[in-house]
Amino acid sequence: MIAAMNEAAIRVEGLTKRFGDVDALKGIDFVVPQGTVFGLLGPNGAGKTTAIRILATVLTPTSGKAEVLGYDVARQAAEVRYRIGLAGQFAAVDPNLTGRENLRLIGKLVHLPSREIGPRGAELLERFGLSDAADRPVRTYSGGMRRRLDLAAALVQRPPVLFFDEPTTGLDPQSRAQLWEMTRELVADGTTVLLTTQYMEEADRLSSQIAVINKGEVIAMDTPAALKARMGGTVIEFGLADDGTAELGAKALSRLESHSPEREREMVRLTTDEGPRVLMEALRALDSEGITPVTLTVREPSLDDVFLALTGRHAEEGDAAPTRKARGRKAGAA
Amino acid sequence: MTSVSTPVRDLERRRTFLAGPILDALAVTQRNLIAYKRVPQLVVFSTIQPVIFVLMFRFVFGGAIKVPGGRYVDFLMPGIFVQTTVFGSIGTAIGLATDMKSGLLERFRSLPMARSAVLAGRTLSDLTRNLFVAILMAVVGFAVGFRIHTNVVEFVVGIGIVILFGYTFSWVFATVGLAVGDPETAQAAAFPVMAPLVFASSAFVPVSSMPGWLQAFAAHQPVSVTASAVRSLMCGDACRAGSAVTNSFQAVAWCIGILVLFAPLAVRRYRNAI
Repeated sequence: MIAAMNEAAIRVEGLTKRFGDVDALKGIDFVVPQGTVFGLLGPNGAGKTTAIRILATVLTPTSGKAEVLGYDVARQAAEVRYRIGLAGQFAAVDPNLTGRENLRLIGKLVHLPSREIGPRGAELLERFGLSDAADRPVRTYSGGMRRRLDLAAALVQRPPVLFFDEPTTGLDPQSRAQLWEMTRELVADGTTVLLTTQYMEEADRLSSQIAVINKGEVIAMDTPAALKARMGGTVIEFGLADDGTAELGAKALSRLESHSPEREREMVRLTTDEGPRVLMEALRALDSEGITPVTLTVREPSLDDVFLALTGRHAEEGDAAPTRKARGRKAGAA
Repeated sequence: MTSVSTPVRDLERRRTFLAGPILDALAVTQRNLIAYKRVPQLVVFSTIQPVIFVLMFRFVFGGAIKVPGGRYVDFLMPGIFVQTTVFGSIGTAIGLATDMKSGLLERFRSLPMARSAVLAGRTLSDLTRNLFVAILMAVVGFAVGFRIHTNVVEFVVGIGIVILFGYTFSWVFATVGLAVGDPETAQAAAFPVMAPLVFASSAFVPVSSMPGWLQAFAAHQPVSVTASAVRSLMCGDACRAGSAVTNSFQAVAWCIGILVLFAPLAVRRYRNAI
């Protein structure tokens, strides 16, 4: 767990990628120690997927350097390919093959000895809860099952370094939690994971280090806790019965020391670094006025909040993740 | 303390320089053939259409078409063989575009498999399908009166040229499929390339029946040259089809020329595709 003692699994220096006249990456640097999870957090179009594709040897960099376990991704791609697994947002498995056949194909293509291919596939199907569906064509699978098979395919050669490109985009909460759990198990076994995500919560839960990336540049790199502290901690939102109540509530809350509530119609919002304490105080203050909130939301800062804090503006509509995608956790403790 | 040296297990997996690419290509071929088995409509539709062509030209248009030598069905079937494999090679474009769109190509490119395996596997599985369809067409042809006027060896060489020509066109359409990256677009993009080649050719009618300005193109373009070669191999003098040797050399020359142009184009497209 002491990152400084580990050698780097991934080392990126001054990496750039140009598509025509678009600079997808404008010179990014980061180092991922072995056995850790590194999160690349940013909106669509920020350059996350480009970075992963370069590291996975799918794209070649325009300039700069990228190494996986000491091998240069451009000049020693074959060495790199024997040591990585790539799982993506598109669930790249063959819909016409069965789950077992998909893993068998990958086993052949990563050149596992033929006696190992069958058992390795069966082991992964078992581990990902796909044994019952193993001999059905993948086109009959649900989205979550496909994603699990995609992850299993990435693990066939037991790669020491894994790339996850938005692994939970489009997954239901249960599948997402499963995938997070599997990621933790892999890391506990010593695997290094580089994951991209649009979700602060996901990066926060899994990563020991996060790079926030925007328009091809790393605009912040830190531990999740430090990043969140920079953004202003916890957001508490009370929904009240009507405008009048909201005005009364806002007045009551404004008496709390050092917190000025924002009011939007019947909603009152507090932003604080001390979520639990402020929530208790706020509820007491409302109670003393005889007000009971209709709804209560306690959430961590969303990607949009990160952007606001780091760039002074909202993540752009269209190429960015608007608030719709920011996952608030309802009524959970901060 | 930790080491980045190659684990022994990895060294075991290194393939020899020749066997590696071949085994990888065969693995991809097998995967594509499973798709044909599991989605039979892929094969059914690529066989129904040529069967309809045989019946249509044999019984509907055939009576109105005058060919040198006499029997239209003997003139027709070599053209049908060539047309069928050219149409079939659209499957290569659709298959590759589908894999590109689904993200499978991206995964393949991150694996230590031979870089050549995806294109080799795709074109080989389409060759297998073409062979199957050609045999089926021969059976249908014999059923509607087609007869070999040369000998079995020449007939088999003719089928060989048909398969080579289909393989050649697979590389043309591999390039198209990878360029457009979407199966529906690939299908739409393929037709305008194919229609003039297949219909402004000697596949179904003698070139001499066309207007003069079209004859120059129709007589020398690859589909005509190949259809003539196959015709001289299967029908020979009975169709006044000319020298089998000369025609075959011309057809093979077209195949080599097209392959030399399109194989590098397809490979370059594959390298740049995601």
